[in-house]
Amino acid sequence: MTVIAEYGHILLILACVFGLFMAWGVGANDVANAMGTSVGSRALTIKQAILVAMVFEFLGAYLAGGSVTATVRSGIIDPALLSDTPELLVFGMLSALLAAGTWLLIASILGWPVSTTHSIIGAIIGFAAVGVSVDAVDWDKVTTIVASWVVSPLLAGTVSFWLFRSVQKLILNTEDPFGNAKRYIPLYMFAVGFLIAMVTLLKGLKHVLKESTFSPNFFESGLISAVIGIVVALIGMRMMRSIKQDEAADAINRFTSVERVFGILMIFTACAMAFAHGSNDVANAVGPLAAVVSVISTESVNSTAAVPAWVLLLGAAGIVIGLATYGWKVIATIGKKITELTPSRGFAAELGAAGTVVLASGTGLPVSTTQTLVGAVLGVGLARGIGALNLRVVGTIFMSWVITLPAGAGLAILFFFFFKGVFS
Amino acid sequence: MAISNPFSNLFGRSPIKPMQEHMAVAVKAAAELESFFDRVIADDWDQAEAVQKRITDLEHEADALKKQLRLHLPKSLFLPVPRTDLLELLSQQDKIANCAKDIAGIMLGRKMTIPPSMQEKTVAYVNAAVKASDQALVAINELDELLETGFSGHELSIVEKMIQELDALERKTDQLEVDMRATLFHLEADLPPVDVMFLYRVIDWIGDLANRAQDVGSRLQLLLAR
Repeated sequence: MTVIAEYGHILLILACVFGLFMAWGVGANDVANAMGTSVGSRALTIKQAILVAMVFEFLGAYLAGGSVTATVRSGIIDPALLSDTPELLVFGMLSALLAAGTWLLIASILGWPVSTTHSIIGAIIGFAAVGVSVDAVDWDKVTTIVASWVVSPLLAGTVSFWLFRSVQKLILNTEDPFGNAKRYIPLYMFAVGFLIAMVTLLKGLKHVLKESTFSPNFFESGLISAVIGIVVALIGMRMMRSIKQDEAADAINRFTSVERVFGILMIFTACAMAFAHGSNDVANAVGPLAAVVSVISTESVNSTAAVPAWVLLLGAAGIVIGLATYGWKVIATIGKKITELTPSRGFAAELGAAGTVVLASGTGLPVSTTQTLVGAVLGVGLARGIGALNLRVVGTIFMSWVITLPAGAGLAILFFFFFKGVFS
Repeated sequence: MAISNPFSNLFGRSPIKPMQEHMAVAVKAAAELESFFDRVIADDWDQAEAVQKRITDLEHEADALKKQLRLHLPKSLFLPVPRTDLLELLSQQDKIANCAKDIAGIMLGRKMTIPPSMQEKTVAYVNAAVKASDQALVAINELDELLETGFSGHELSIVEKMIQELDALERKTDQLEVDMRATLFHLEADLPPVDVMFLYRVIDWIGDLANRAQDVGSRLQLLLAR
């Protein structure tokens, strides 16, 4: 108790700085994966992509990021074991943030593909298991999280596979692809709006509007979401109206005009992707920060207190700053590399991934957006939609899992004992 | 800060566009045969040599493209069509350029003249063979549309039709070949025997050009058959 009373302010400032650093990293590096698809398929220019990312990452983090934040904050560690020594939780979360941030920096410099989610989870497990006690870790929860890392790419891949198949069936493989594109694409737009609204209403809003009495049940949420979906589809139809069949361009490739219609759809899936990413990955930075804030403000370990809204805002701001200072460069680089992904394929991948990630966010599971998206792209590839996929990357990603967890854990342990030594 | 991004590394270079580029170059080499024969018939060997040089350059270019394509198709790449079929199609495409180079090469090397009574037929024959290779290019140019539709559906029937058209052009070339041989047979007694031998060979090779074009069509069909 004395430690927190004595150094509370310094610890809080440190936590904010580390949390902001982590959020900056997410914005600088991670967001690019979510937005690169749209830039690569030329559905959005880089400027538009950054704008979409800023707005929807923010919205995602703020409106739907609460559940995952709660998991990272207090779902992995058993708070009961720490009730006598709340300062350990503060040191632990600080070191987890610092460890994950450092590891991401090292990995980026060395060019390894690592996931922010995996780093932070590894770091939290590390400090809890070694610094506190092995029993402090809720291993059941950890198992669920790790399982979700396997399930999320698989699920996204399956969804994207069938999405792309449906596009082939309904639009591309027909006599009049252009007409059918205009006919069926609003359905996909509806799905985007409905999905996002549904998850937000059911799972996300309770973290934002905790004082308000507004808590829609399943049916009400469905109704509101359907209305939002229809509104989204109407906006989309309006945007599609200006797209005319371009005979000259179609002479070179018959699907040029059709792809332009898909380009409109992809603006919506890009928004969904940014929203999904914000809802899940902001927690990596904000979860530990929220834990520190809660301990310092109440001077006790209290896992039930809601995440303060300003903490979510800080994380969202960090992401936007990361995006503005560095992320846009990464988006440009990735966008240049994945021009193979046309809007009709890119939207299937994005919608599959965004849907999966938003679902995970609603359930409070921290998953890796990048890996989910990779799974989704492989799904489209399996539907024979992509010119060439480098399967070796899948191996690299698997390797990065194996390395990231212990590396994050090891660094967190190191920092944990360092903080413990400095402050007590 | 260097960035290795797992996501952007996931995308390999699609072989579809390079395949089409390779075919375009190979067919361009074949198309030059028309102006080559015009020069030969006009007895303008300086110009003929210039055209032959262009054909050789195009053949080299096709070779370079072929090598690049092969280098960028490692086994670890996941493609929408079997890699072996794609490579086989590539080598068939390449043979079109080789065939054109051989025809121009031997005619220039031996300064072969075409008997006046055969000249008109020869031009028609060469044009027919070149037309077949043009049609093969048209079919290959559908590859990106095929990729778009996942190699299935309505697009398949469009390509099937193109391949039928190609077969028809090849049959027409075959008929002209028979006619050419018959004409030469009546003239051969009055011509130097060695020249006649080589004329027969050139007739053969022009027919081969159309056959190669047809082979490209057949390979493409195999790529689509499931």
